[in-house]
Amino acid sequence: MSEAVSGTTAAIEVRAVEKRFGNVGIIRDLNLSVARGERHAIIGPNGAGKSTTFNLISGHIAPTSGEVKLNGDLISGLRPFEINRRGLSRSFQVTNVFARMTVWENVRCAVLWATGHRYAFWKNVDSLPEVRERTAQILDDIHLTHRRDVPAGLLTYAEQRELEIGITIASGATVVMLDEPTAGMSHAETDRAVSLIRRLTEGKTLVIVEHDMSVVFGLADRISVLVYGHIIASGTPEEIRRDPKVKEAYLGEEAH
Amino acid sequence: MTTAMTSTSKAVADPAGGSLRFYGVWALGIIVLIVLPMLFSSGGSLTSFSLIGIAIVFALSYNILLGQTGLLSFGHAVHYGLGGFAACHMMNAVVSHGWPIPLPFIPLFGGLGGLVFAVIIGWVMTKRAGTVFAMISLGIGELVASSSLILRSVFGGEAGITTDRTALPKLLGWSFGPQLQVYYLIAFWLVLSAIAMYALTRTPLGRICNAVRDNPERVQFIGYDPHVVRYIAFCFAGFFAGVAGGLAAINFEIANSAYLGAIQSGLVLFSTFIGGTAYFFGPILGAILVTYLQLGLTSLTTVWQLYFGIIFIGIVMYSPGGIAGLLMMHRPLIRAGTLWTVIPSYLVAIVPTVALACGVILTIETVARFSGGDPINLFGVAFNATSPVTWLTAAVLVAGGFYVARLTWRRIADAWDRAATVARDRGYLA
Amino acid sequence: MLELVVISTLNGVLFGMLLFLLSSGLTVIFSMMGVLNFAHASFYMLGAFFGFQLTKWIGFWPALVLAPLLVGAIGMAVERYGLRNTHKHGHVAELLLTFGLAFAIEEIVSMIWGKSPLDYRVPSLLDFPAFTIFSTNYPAYKIFMLAVSIIIFVALLIVLKRTRVGLIVQAALTHPHMVGHLGHNVGRVFMAVFGVGSALAGLAGVIAGPALVTQSDMAASLGPILFVVIVFGGLGSLPGAFIASLVIGLVQTFAVALDGSLASAFGPLDPSAGPSVLTDIWNVTIAQVAPIVPYVLLVIILIVRPMGLMGTRES
Repeated sequence: MSEAVSGTTAAIEVRAVEKRFGNVGIIRDLNLSVARGERHAIIGPNGAGKSTTFNLISGHIAPTSGEVKLNGDLISGLRPFEINRRGLSRSFQVTNVFARMTVWENVRCAVLWATGHRYAFWKNVDSLPEVRERTAQILDDIHLTHRRDVPAGLLTYAEQRELEIGITIASGATVVMLDEPTAGMSHAETDRAVSLIRRLTEGKTLVIVEHDMSVVFGLADRISVLVYGHIIASGTPEEIRRDPKVKEAYLGEEAH
Repeated sequence: MTTAMTSTSKAVADPAGGSLRFYGVWALGIIVLIVLPMLFSSGGSLTSFSLIGIAIVFALSYNILLGQTGLLSFGHAVHYGLGGFAACHMMNAVVSHGWPIPLPFIPLFGGLGGLVFAVIIGWVMTKRAGTVFAMISLGIGELVASSSLILRSVFGGEAGITTDRTALPKLLGWSFGPQLQVYYLIAFWLVLSAIAMYALTRTPLGRICNAVRDNPERVQFIGYDPHVVRYIAFCFAGFFAGVAGGLAAINFEIANSAYLGAIQSGLVLFSTFIGGTAYFFGPILGAILVTYLQLGLTSLTTVWQLYFGIIFIGIVMYSPGGIAGLLMMHRPLIRAGTLWTVIPSYLVAIVPTVALACGVILTIETVARFSGGDPINLFGVAFNATSPVTWLTAAVLVAGGFYVARLTWRRIADAWDRAATVARDRGYLA
Repeated sequence: MLELVVISTLNGVLFGMLLFLLSSGLTVIFSMMGVLNFAHASFYMLGAFFGFQLTKWIGFWPALVLAPLLVGAIGMAVERYGLRNTHKHGHVAELLLTFGLAFAIEEIVSMIWGKSPLDYRVPSLLDFPAFTIFSTNYPAYKIFMLAVSIIIFVALLIVLKRTRVGLIVQAALTHPHMVGHLGHNVGRVFMAVFGVGSALAGLAGVIAGPALVTQSDMAASLGPILFVVIVFGGLGSLPGAFIASLVIGLVQTFAVALDGSLASAFGPLDPSAGPSVLTDIWNVTIAQVAPIVPYVLLVIILIVRPMGLMGTRES
């Protein structure tokens, strides 16, 4: 394991993945490689299969064929919680928090497995110092300390998005996948969220799906362009900007 | 805003003050349980208290499923009943083998009876939550209830299994013959179980149960298998239901197939939901109310179960948080000091609402007693079920009461909105 | 033996068709609205009691039409004034509402008609043996029941395959999340579906009443079996519900008819062993086991194939 981690294996390696729903191929021959420590953005027009790609990597749905590797280990076919325990954590495009629990409880639940407390029913959850400290730290990081006792369902939309990020990073996963973290936010909120993401994923591998091109080009080290379930180009922001295929398929439409 | 937030988070930030109040509530509860039989010492009230105590343990165990984990079970009485049978068999075995196990330990074996079945069947049952779990729990409930009539050697057929609680070894000179001693035994187990079940909600598992209830999908992405979480919760609920069943077996000195039937499962669902599933004390309120109504109404009317059904439907439709939810709604208003703006609208609404309730009761009793039965006596006023005057009164009360009551309910809603807005401005409501 | 097989097959198919009259409505309602209608069997019971009462007042044939319409109207009212308001609290609240309704309906029925079985007679027009097999007279009324269920079955099939509403329902069965896109009249579609489902249950009650027992506990005893049928067949699958209805109808009918036990097959156990679980199981007759057979099937299918016979969805 330590050999693999320190070596040159990619954090995420997607090879020849296909996903069909009935006769419809949503994802075809998907190949994607995300290096360790890289901030990788996936862009593409609506319906290109970006969320499906996220779901395939995080175990939400199983690929019809092909394989997905996390730090060199095969993870395709594993259940989401098994993948999460191996150090991959993801957020959701539609806010997906624990609505009736407080902000504090939301983040704390996301800390519990990683701190080794698992299904413990013999420990008082309030008297676990490392859990408390880590939860407090994350609340501080996502600027929600003053809202800690509010049920998550009552937060504003932007706050829920921030909480979503907080839950995602709480386990300390080394690979973080964010699905449109700034969707529906105002300019000011987006700026805040981007600096938050930049700070919280320091030293981690980040995969992000995003529609806002300024966010993408500002944040990403590398970009992959997904069109009709197939990656047509992958490279640095500069390379993507220059790629004629991308211009034709995607940026061209955007420019109008 | 900031001052308000610090005040709401006081319980966590300032453990000394919070925990004092917390332990105070529990101590008060224990004192009430000790003193109660001294204030009401008649045999009838002792029996009622014993039944209520058993019902509370049962309802709290049910809320591990419904309120904490979001699992709606229609067959929870299975564990209660198996606990009762396990306790009866254990008591008989203790007597026949001369084991040195006194009566107060018997509910533990009841709990084991409920637990063992949960461990065996739970894994298959908890694979899925929601509606599917509800249906399966109903099927398993029917399966066990019907099987109990076939396996006569274990369940004693229609007659059930009887036992004699006084034949067990004495503890500290207590024979547990008198109802008072049984009451204290039940109270002891009630406190023990309630503390244990409350503590369970404060553990990592308890918190994750809540997370599974709110969003089982997301739980998978923070490292947990919701199926395992549901299974463990199911086992705990089975154990404490078994404890309640064991207590019932001690109280009645019998266990029969009615213990594990659909009616018992329905009653615990009613108690828990009417009391309120979102707060720990909700099922306690519900169990007290439902058991009390059950004991009180049976002597007044033959259709008491219909009233349960109506109360239950009303709660589901208009107050899904149950009684506890209704009470706790007022907490931010009390803190913000705006409760007094709502009270007048309550007082205004009482009159037509009571009129409506009387109309409904009169209608039901008229139908129930139309072809014979005792004359209706509604709060001291006598009515004749076959007289058109009664029908007219009932119709006027229902129609008029409903029309006026609806207007006053709207006033309550308006007053509420205003009070809540103020409370929100003052930072006591998110 | 052959006589037993033929008669039991006829009765089993009949019972299965009745079950399908109920489970088809339950399945469609569940698929479209996500609501498991706990009160579905209560609508069946209401059908039987309304049928009984209307038969007394205006005769069986008008009752056969009127009672299901009444039950359908009640079903529509339940959807419009009950479920629609509860919907915002989620499916568990809706399920609880229908549970409360089932409870209340049973109480109201026993309050009005009492708890003992009613004397709901087969109409005189159909009160004759249709044919005689071996020594058994097979009543014409049962043939009539079978005919009605088959007519309804065919009618349902035509509606589903040939009409616009049928297409919507079919789409909802396979893609439940698409129901939201039906547009502004989604409420009316729900109400209609709920009404038709309830009316079918009511019709089943009217025709089953004279042949089976019309009693205030008939919903409570049939309801759980109905749930077994739709879980067994696979939630949201009409073909699954159809097969499961027939399987459970046949299995239960045969079980009731059979008198054998392990003791009669292999001889009694050594009496010196004394009573135990083994002797209970050894001596119980298949007929006595009949009530638990559906639930045993439920457990088996959950272990072997959790999504049910024809199910495609996990939940």
